[in-house]
Amino acid sequence: MSLDWTDCLLVAVLVLPAAAAVGLPFLAARVAKPVAVVTAALTLVASGLLVLDRAHPTAGARLQPWHEVDASWIPALGVRFHIGVDGLSWPLVTLTALLVVCGAVYLRVETPRLPAMLALIFALQLGIIATFLALDVVVFFLAFEVTLLPMFFLISGWGSAQRERAARKFLLYTFAGSVLLLAGVLVLATSAGTADIVVLTQRHGAGIGYATQVAAFVLLLLAFAVKSPLWPLHSWLPDAHTEAPTVGSVLLAGVMLKMGTYGLLRIAIPAVPRGAARLAPVLAVFAVGAIVMAALICLMQSELKRLIAYSSVGHMGFVLFGVSTGNEIGLQAAAIANIAHGVVTGLLFFLVGAVKERRGTGELAALGGLRFTTPRLAGLLGLAAVASFGLPGLVGFWGEFFSLVGAWRHAGWWRPLAVIAALGAALTVVYFLRMLRRVVAEPAPEPGALAQRAKPTEPVGRLTTVELIAFSPLVVVILLIGVWPGWLLSLSSGPVSAIAQAVSG
Amino acid sequence: MSVINHLDHASLAPVYTAAGAAVLVFVADVIMGPRARWRAGIVTTLAVLGAAATAVVAVTVTGATSRRSFCVPAGRLLGDHGSTIAVARSCSYATNGTVVAWIVAAAALTGLALVLSAPMLRAHGRPESSAARAPGEYCFLLLCSLAGSVVLVGARDLVTLVVALETLTLPLYVLVAFGSRARSAASGAATFFVSSIIATAVTLLGVGLLYALTGALHFDRIAHALDARGELDTLPLAAVASVLVVAGLCFKLAAVPFHNWAPTSYDAAPLPTTLFLATVSTFGGFVALTTVVMGALRPQWSVVAPLLAVIAVATMTIGNLMALRQRRMVRLLGWSSVAHAGYVLAPLGALAGARVDRSGAEQLLTASWAYFALYVVITVGVFACLIALRPDADGGELAHYRGLARRSPLATVGLIVGLAGLAGLPPGLAGLFAKVAVVRVLTAQHVLWLALIVVLNTVVGLAYYGRVMWEFFRPALPDLLATGAFATARPRWIWGIAMAATAGALIIGFLPQPLLHAAADWSTTLSDLWR
Repeated sequence: MSLDWTDCLLVAVLVLPAAAAVGLPFLAARVAKPVAVVTAALTLVASGLLVLDRAHPTAGARLQPWHEVDASWIPALGVRFHIGVDGLSWPLVTLTALLVVCGAVYLRVETPRLPAMLALIFALQLGIIATFLALDVVVFFLAFEVTLLPMFFLISGWGSAQRERAARKFLLYTFAGSVLLLAGVLVLATSAGTADIVVLTQRHGAGIGYATQVAAFVLLLLAFAVKSPLWPLHSWLPDAHTEAPTVGSVLLAGVMLKMGTYGLLRIAIPAVPRGAARLAPVLAVFAVGAIVMAALICLMQSELKRLIAYSSVGHMGFVLFGVSTGNEIGLQAAAIANIAHGVVTGLLFFLVGAVKERRGTGELAALGGLRFTTPRLAGLLGLAAVASFGLPGLVGFWGEFFSLVGAWRHAGWWRPLAVIAALGAALTVVYFLRMLRRVVAEPAPEPGALAQRAKPTEPVGRLTTVELIAFSPLVVVILLIGVWPGWLLSLSSGPVSAIAQAVSG
Repeated sequence: MSVINHLDHASLAPVYTAAGAAVLVFVADVIMGPRARWRAGIVTTLAVLGAAATAVVAVTVTGATSRRSFCVPAGRLLGDHGSTIAVARSCSYATNGTVVAWIVAAAALTGLALVLSAPMLRAHGRPESSAARAPGEYCFLLLCSLAGSVVLVGARDLVTLVVALETLTLPLYVLVAFGSRARSAASGAATFFVSSIIATAVTLLGVGLLYALTGALHFDRIAHALDARGELDTLPLAAVASVLVVAGLCFKLAAVPFHNWAPTSYDAAPLPTTLFLATVSTFGGFVALTTVVMGALRPQWSVVAPLLAVIAVATMTIGNLMALRQRRMVRLLGWSSVAHAGYVLAPLGALAGARVDRSGAEQLLTASWAYFALYVVITVGVFACLIALRPDADGGELAHYRGLARRSPLATVGLIVGLAGLAGLPPGLAGLFAKVAVVRVLTAQHVLWLALIVVLNTVVGLAYYGRVMWEFFRPALPDLLATGAFATARPRWIWGIAMAATAGALIIGFLPQPLLHAAADWSTTLSDLWR
């Protein structure tokens, strides 16, 4: 096997975080931070360069990686080290690398046990990127599991008051999901006789019996539904988000949840399309349920981080709704909504972290007057919220709009579902505006009342330069993709139409 | 029974070496007397050399060629309706590449247990510790156990097997009581002793019934008779005999219903002895079980396999649920080893399936062996770290491990790798691939229900492994800091061994192919016992 330079880049986006995860604990905090920023930036560059020199796709329902590395690993278990990148995975890989850069910039040197925290973040990045790159179902499962312990330790080591409970709930809940994934991918691999995702995609489930397809899809759907998370399997998420440190929340919402929806798009639907078609209505109903339930819960939510966490459940509901339609528009919508939610919610969690750090509390009742004290932060929060509820012209709009279009294309009871989902989207506007009114526009509560609730960890202040540097790439991406989604759509259209053909044909 | 007419001393050389080393260590200790300087060091070195010599002799003298000893000539067994069945020459002891590999593994693990015992044996001035007073006896007993396991892996008839198993177990009754906490140690040894006696009695009853039915004790002859005689298929006694033999052999694996001894004895024994119990002794049990199931009871799989499936499910579930509520480190690991015995047995539970042909059976057995081998690798890493932390003490309470991350980052890394491996999570990839191997073969054989029970059990497993890992990062209890939960006089080299064991587990996790390949080889050998 010979590697050209792009294949080396593919290996580099895995090796760099791995090396950082192993090496950083040995460094002092003062040294660890710049090293982390540089490593993260190099990973981002390597990942960004992958878009170059790519093979031009040919028509047909096949997975055509731009670049791939395929090496023998464990023949006894039928596992090959097969990784590759295409238009579906590249945006997610790059988003992961970008969020880690932002996180590494954002973290202060004074953070307790910073080198260990950075090492965990890089271990997390390794797992997430490897999940997106995996082209072997067992490697995919392995990468999926790599993320569990680092996140557990991030929450339990740097979280807030209720961290122990939240960390354990996260660990057990998502581990339960991933063992079902293990069963699912092995049912798939043993019944198809191959663990290779490229081959599985090409066959569209040929040679796998109907009952086995349904069984495999049920297992995979449950696994990915826990991760995404799909209502009613979401209950680990708000706790994990509320207690996690800011960077942990950003990565969790920004990219870890996408591992679930990506898994559906990459493995579950193309490999067992008949099973997917059978269960699509179930997925659609639960996805719409998630949209509505999340919106209703958000309307009642009194804590900022929890509110954003539940809004994630709603947004991921839209992604899953798009996935469930199984047609090209819906799947395309899911792919782009995945990215949009990653960028926007990543930014939202950064901003909410900044707010909580300044005010020492996330209770909506205790917040207010942000536009007087920190106008820039207020402006960014406004932008992120508006992008999140899908204002046309910003990144959030396209995915949600087209997933409704995708559903509308089906006749029958899909249309009422689409209407309900649209109502849910309207509620999203309501609760985000309510949040903005409370936090940004209303005057701050009496200083005495504020002091009683919690002591701010530092004086209320302007956004620092470091914070601005950390947040600005995400703002740029939100605006760029918002006004110019065509480029992203053109990247993912090939893989998406391949999946859609697998379902229809 | 005909006259035994064949002795191949090359095949018996490892047995001679292990037994000779045991005697040598004992005599050397007696000659030196209790007051000799370096007494503990000398006997431990001798014992380690003895274990190493056993491995070397196995590789060089015995070798991979097929050798047989204690053979009886071809003859006839009683058949249906007064007819007779012709049987070929059968031997009680046989060696080949697989057996040599097992001897080397047992010797290496015994050597490791001996090396890790050194600090405990050297510890002076603590009158309550009998291990420190009697290093010679301690090493002698471990080597006797090794001799038993060397005989066991080559045993090809039921009586040799049971005698070897007892030779392996007998010294352990004493070794469990060698610990320092006299009372609980005695109770642990007593529990172990009573369970063992009952299990052996059950096995022997089964052996007796099998002999009564078939007139044979050699594995191949029993299988031949069971296969050739249609009468026995309808005779409930044949099923009862098989069930009794298998159930009794499950004792050494700490599988239900003979599981209760494991947590008590693991916790009561000194840590190096626990390492030996968890690896070599369990290994002996697993060899015995797979040999009998593949070699002698193949015609009875329709009875044995469902039994093993039930035992597997009960064992993993009970082990995991009981581990959830443990407060002591080694007791928790003891229950977790019960759970792992369940995972190991799970593939064997599918042996009776309609789709199982010869290659299917080999795949199931391979998965079982792969899980077991990877489990041993991880267990060695965990116990090496525990021993490095507390070389002359027991495993202690979980609360003793609070704040470990701050006091000993090295041990924390080692234990996290090990515990994650037991849970089947990265970075303990060895455990993850072990799980993949078992679940993969179960789904391939369409035993999805068993696969699902296995994976759901691992979730319960993570609940307690996660709890232990969490303890490392909690603030230490102040009174524990004062009393010193961990020994201060830790020799540096023991850390080297602990880290080497952890590194070994990590490397085998990344590159499990050689071990999985070996497991496939072993399964083929076992499958060849009777065609």
